[in-house]
Amino acid sequence: MAHSKFLRAFGKTWMKPLTLAALIAPFAYLAVLWTLMLSGVAPYAMGFNPVKWTHHYLGDTALRILLVTLAISPVRDITGWAPIVLIRRRIGLAAFFYAALHLIAYFGLNLNWSVPALMEDIAKRTYITLGIIALAAMIPLAITSTNGMIRRMGRKAWERLHWLIYPLAILAVAHDILMQKTLFQIQPMTHAAILAVLLLWRVARFVIGKLKPAPATA
Amino acid sequence: MGLKFRRNPGYQNLRGELTPESVFFSRRKMLATAGTLGAGSILGALPACSEPQQPKAGAPAAANAATINGKAVPANPTGGQKLNSTKSAYVVADGPSVEDAFNQYCNYYEFGTDKEDPAQYEGIMKTSPWSIAVEGETDAAGTYALTDLVDFTKLEERVYRHRCVEAWSMVVPWIGVPMASVMTRLKPKSTAKFVQFETVVDRNVMPGVRFPVLQWPYVEGLRMDEAMNELAFIAVGAYGKSLKTQNGAPVRTVMPWKYGFKATKSIARIRFVTAMPKTAWNKANANEYGFYSNVNPNVDHPRWSQASEQVIGGKGGFNQRRKTEMFNGYEKQVASLYAGMDLKANY
Repeated sequence: MAHSKFLRAFGKTWMKPLTLAALIAPFAYLAVLWTLMLSGVAPYAMGFNPVKWTHHYLGDTALRILLVTLAISPVRDITGWAPIVLIRRRIGLAAFFYAALHLIAYFGLNLNWSVPALMEDIAKRTYITLGIIALAAMIPLAITSTNGMIRRMGRKAWERLHWLIYPLAILAVAHDILMQKTLFQIQPMTHAAILAVLLLWRVARFVIGKLKPAPATA
Repeated sequence: MGLKFRRNPGYQNLRGELTPESVFFSRRKMLATAGTLGAGSILGALPACSEPQQPKAGAPAAANAATINGKAVPANPTGGQKLNSTKSAYVVADGPSVEDAFNQYCNYYEFGTDKEDPAQYEGIMKTSPWSIAVEGETDAAGTYALTDLVDFTKLEERVYRHRCVEAWSMVVPWIGVPMASVMTRLKPKSTAKFVQFETVVDRNVMPGVRFPVLQWPYVEGLRMDEAMNELAFIAVGAYGKSLKTQNGAPVRTVMPWKYGFKATKSIARIRFVTAMPKTAWNKANANEYGFYSNVNPNVDHPRWSQASEQVIGGKGGFNQRRKTEMFNGYEKQVASLYAGMDLKANY
């Protein structure tokens, strides 16, 4: 599979632009809905509470893209197709982009840019505290995502820093679960289950890696 | 556990008196089938199916004839029928919300937990004729037809702001009668300190009651002086028409100074009691929902601030935020009810 001519050509020319398009699509969709609403063509395109709809949509999108980021290396492990790792950076950055928009939408539309209201939310409400910590933890990862930064930091230090994605993904899922009216709801629990599988995969990989000697060539 | 969710035998009996059960269920089955197929044309092809939504006004339709305790009672209007009412002085300045928002953005957990769920079941529940059981500390206990409790010739319109505990609000032109007029008619004894309202539970048409999200039936209540307050209202309509299923057809309570969940939709039972009723949301989560539940921008919900609210149903689609007012802007009429009370402790 890894040597298929088609796959190699796809990896070289199409994979990156197609991924970028897929990552922009949710934002484009949101832009269309807002245009429909504000122009009056379809004032209720997002239902009767577009403000709530928008920040929920952005939060869900951010979380799901974050889960996709975490699924890249398991997919590589299973298929053996290494080039897929080349799109991981842009997927991770997109997760950060949507998470940041999620906060901006909440801050602007829900809190009317009131800093005291945001501070109060962060201090008082556990799910918002967790969400803001998860978002804050994404900032250094986004800043150090360039090739230059990887070189400057050195592979080891860079990997240690980017290990943060695991706790921050757990925080993001906890944020999703705790904001619900009741603890057990299908959607956040599905997110949690997917994250659990992705994390367990890493544990299994680590344990198996310890058990058998490392292969001579990567 | 199974016992908990058993049908309430009281309601079964009430229902049996109104319409032969077989007729009742077959109509529902047809409606349900039509609903599943989801085709408007099929609804049109079966006149019986559309009948509950659009009866001929004023016609003494056989389907609507009812007897309660052997007495014939007049039917009340079914959902969406035109209602005549007189204007009242209770009018919120910023105008009613878009009617579609009122009919499509609803919290009525018996019909599902999403805002869009209840509207899917519009017309599925037979709400005319309708009877209400009156019990407890009263000299007028018994079963009443809705038309006995609400004088449909004396309806008034009140444009109230409706503030949901979830930090959104609408402005609704309700149609109905003052709650005090109904309370007086029901002759509560001096021992009655609270009045408790219960929503009907009907597993055949309410998909939500199959899940223990809340303890069914939905129970709410008021202190007697709250129930007698000039603002407390018994609504049978809104926007010039009788209430539809998703907003609590055929009869519900409206207390504009309290969060929306204090209202009871599709009232099947009124009980006068001596002790503070155990209310549905309070039983489900006492930390978040108290008995009083007065709109109060200074007392947070544990998961969000109540200082402001999202306005639903504005004309342009986009919804603004507005500052929440003390008692939802009705401080003048109701503040005296809570004089000397710690509103943080009595949330």
